[in-house]
Amino acid sequence: MSRTFVGMPPFPTAARAALADTQLRANLAHATTTIRAKRAAVVAELDDWEALRLRAAAIKDDVLLHLDEHLVRLEESLTARGAVVHWARTAEEASEVVAQVARAHGVDEVVKVKSMATQEVELNEHLAAQGISAWETDLAELIVQLGDDLPSHILVPAIHRNRAEIRAIFEREMARVGRPAPADLTDDPVRLAEAARLHLREKFLRAKVGVSGANFAVADSGTLVVVESEGNGRMCLTLPEVLVSVVGIEKVVPTWTELDVFLTLLPRSSTGERMNPYTSTWSGVTPGDGPQEVHVVLLDNGRTRALADEVGRQALRCIRCSACLNVCPVYERTGGHAYGSVYPGPIGAILNPLLKGVGHDEQTDSLPYASSLCGACFEACPVRIDIPSVLVDLRAQVVDAHRSGVPKPEALAMRAAAAAFGSGGRLAAAEQASGLAGRALDALSSLTRRGRRAGGRRLVGRLPGPGAAWTDARDLPVPPRESFRAWWKRTDGGTR
Amino acid sequence: MRVALMVTCLNDAMFPDAGKAVVTLLRRLGVDVEFPAAQTCCGQPMVNTGYLDEAVPVVRSFVRAFEGYDAVVTPSGSCAGSARHQHSIVARRSGDPGLATAVAEISPRVHELSEFLVDVLGVEDVGASFPHAVTYHPTCHSLRMLGVGDRPERLLRAVRGLRLLDLPRAEECCGFGGTFALKNADTSVAMGADKARHVRESGAEVLVAGDSSCLMHIGGLLTRQRAGVRVMHLAEVLASTEGATRAGAAR
Ligand code: SF4
Repeated sequence: MSRTFVGMPPFPTAARAALADTQLRANLAHATTTIRAKRAAVVAELDDWEALRLRAAAIKDDVLLHLDEHLVRLEESLTARGAVVHWARTAEEASEVVAQVARAHGVDEVVKVKSMATQEVELNEHLAAQGISAWETDLAELIVQLGDDLPSHILVPAIHRNRAEIRAIFEREMARVGRPAPADLTDDPVRLAEAARLHLREKFLRAKVGVSGANFAVADSGTLVVVESEGNGRMCLTLPEVLVSVVGIEKVVPTWTELDVFLTLLPRSSTGERMNPYTSTWSGVTPGDGPQEVHVVLLDNGRTRALADEVGRQALRCIRCSACLNVCPVYERTGGHAYGSVYPGPIGAILNPLLKGVGHDEQTDSLPYASSLCGACFEACPVRIDIPSVLVDLRAQVVDAHRSGVPKPEALAMRAAAAAFGSGGRLAAAEQASGLAGRALDALSSLTRRGRRAGGRRLVGRLPGPGAAWTDARDLPVPPRESFRAWWKRTDGGTR
Repeated sequence: MRVALMVTCLNDAMFPDAGKAVVTLLRRLGVDVEFPAAQTCCGQPMVNTGYLDEAVPVVRSFVRAFEGYDAVVTPSGSCAGSARHQHSIVARRSGDPGLATAVAEISPRVHELSEFLVDVLGVEDVGASFPHAVTYHPTCHSLRMLGVGDRPERLLRAVRGLRLLDLPRAEECCGFGGTFALKNADTSVAMGADKARHVRESGAEVLVAGDSSCLMHIGGLLTRQRAGVRVMHLAEVLASTEGATRAGAAR
């Protein structure tokens, strides 16, 4: 019923396919440029933004340092308020808890609030295998689900789709799973939203079990918090009789005081709004109001592995705002699918390897390299995750994981470079060789009719072999006849 | 003050004119810059590709070359960033406390060219003349790793005859990214193509930046597109006295 990311190719291969899709690139460039400007405007309004970021990072670091205590406190508070707490080590365990609850109530469908954690554990697929339909109720998530597609953005999973495509999906698919799209549907966003509203309404009113994630979990009061824009979340959290929430263990905050900082940072970073339209909070069961059976699944699924990583653990500060995706020049061009995970973009490039560990599969190992290390993500991140530094550290982990095997050409090249760069003398010798190669290339290119120059230097045209990765699209000047080092020596620093 | 030039491996082997320009410029400003011949590379290509063990001998040779200097100046934001922010990682990996101490001592003395001119020498008008329409690309590591801010633009504005034109989406990465340019060549080129388009839109004849690596990438795209825009290192523009009149070429 819905696709998964299993078996995705490594990033460079997936990116090549995405780059060739001009419609996708246009959709993404438009969407990310718009949201970037909105975010920049509302962030600039606050003169203590940097102080808030520092505060948020410090709060999260402190929570992570004492995670065990906070989680036990959260469990106590939740239990005292009538919720049932489940601990899940793996994706399967978490999904199975939800399935059990659904089975216990004899339902064959649940309604869902958009949630990264349930995407991560592939809950929908797990439920589908047991004959239980999980209906996504967030507009963008609905578009992805109906289109039998994969999410490509944390906040806007259907960011790769434009209006016309969405209309086509609605017209084609809605009737299959419920109320059909109106016969006179247009590309107008208002009409599209109305179609989704009508389609979803019957599901909200019918469902006995709701499933959600949580943006935050307040340990002190046993309160879960969901932040959303459409109100579909509010419906899922209040209408069904039973509610199951899958919550990553890093979502805990000590008290409402800390929550305040994040509720300021999140909407501005994420949708570029001062405040999000709906913030729902619930603490266990409130007799006679809302779901009367409340379950909370606390999910590890690699988080304790990430926590053990000295450099990488800062990734657990992430509040899934997606600001890093929106400012990322790589994401803007490749889109989210190329990352092969529900967590795409810069945060995905570090979180997936941290949760899964490196050295096992090529796809995960390719992610830390899916960045030019430009640092735009770090600059935008509201909890100051130094993504470039984590990427560089993960690259070292990837290389180290393969040190015992047969060395790749790249590893051999790095060793040779290390030897040459270990001494100025050896480097001078190597440069003399490149100078010679340069003269040869120079002579060659002067023989060809198409020999071109830039700034007095001859240009290398297309090179064969590994050099093609550069020269397929870019010229390269031929090496100069004399290195700087040789010039300095010959002229005594330009004085002779 | 003993000042060393860290020319960078790329400038040394591929773009010696950028290094020569730094020498010309600094001498004009009264700085007797030295070139320690023991220098090789800052180790960034290894570190950023994940080869930390391979970076250890490189950082050792860096430390040997630049020990004892009051300031190390380099025409590269990226290599200055590597020395200031990554050498400590390599030293830790080596497990050699002596290397860690040496790195801690030298790293803070490494300055990117515009930082050295504005912060250490305290000059913005370096007595240059360059009568051309220029646009400036702030390279990511100089902008976000070092935080050079508008120092390069301030230096460029003081150049006689130079017309500084806005570069659309200037702060966006050009897509070079070291080995990223090869490992993810398609994405790198897609980013570079947009940068090259913005350079053409700026209407400049010359694109200036503080990193030869990024210029090699953007310049490689511009010439392949026969865009007619030249690329020049910031040092070369600041060293230039092109078209200076006797009266105008004031120091
Ligand atoms: S890493 Fe930072 S910017 Fe990216 S989604 Fe997480 S909190 Fe937001």
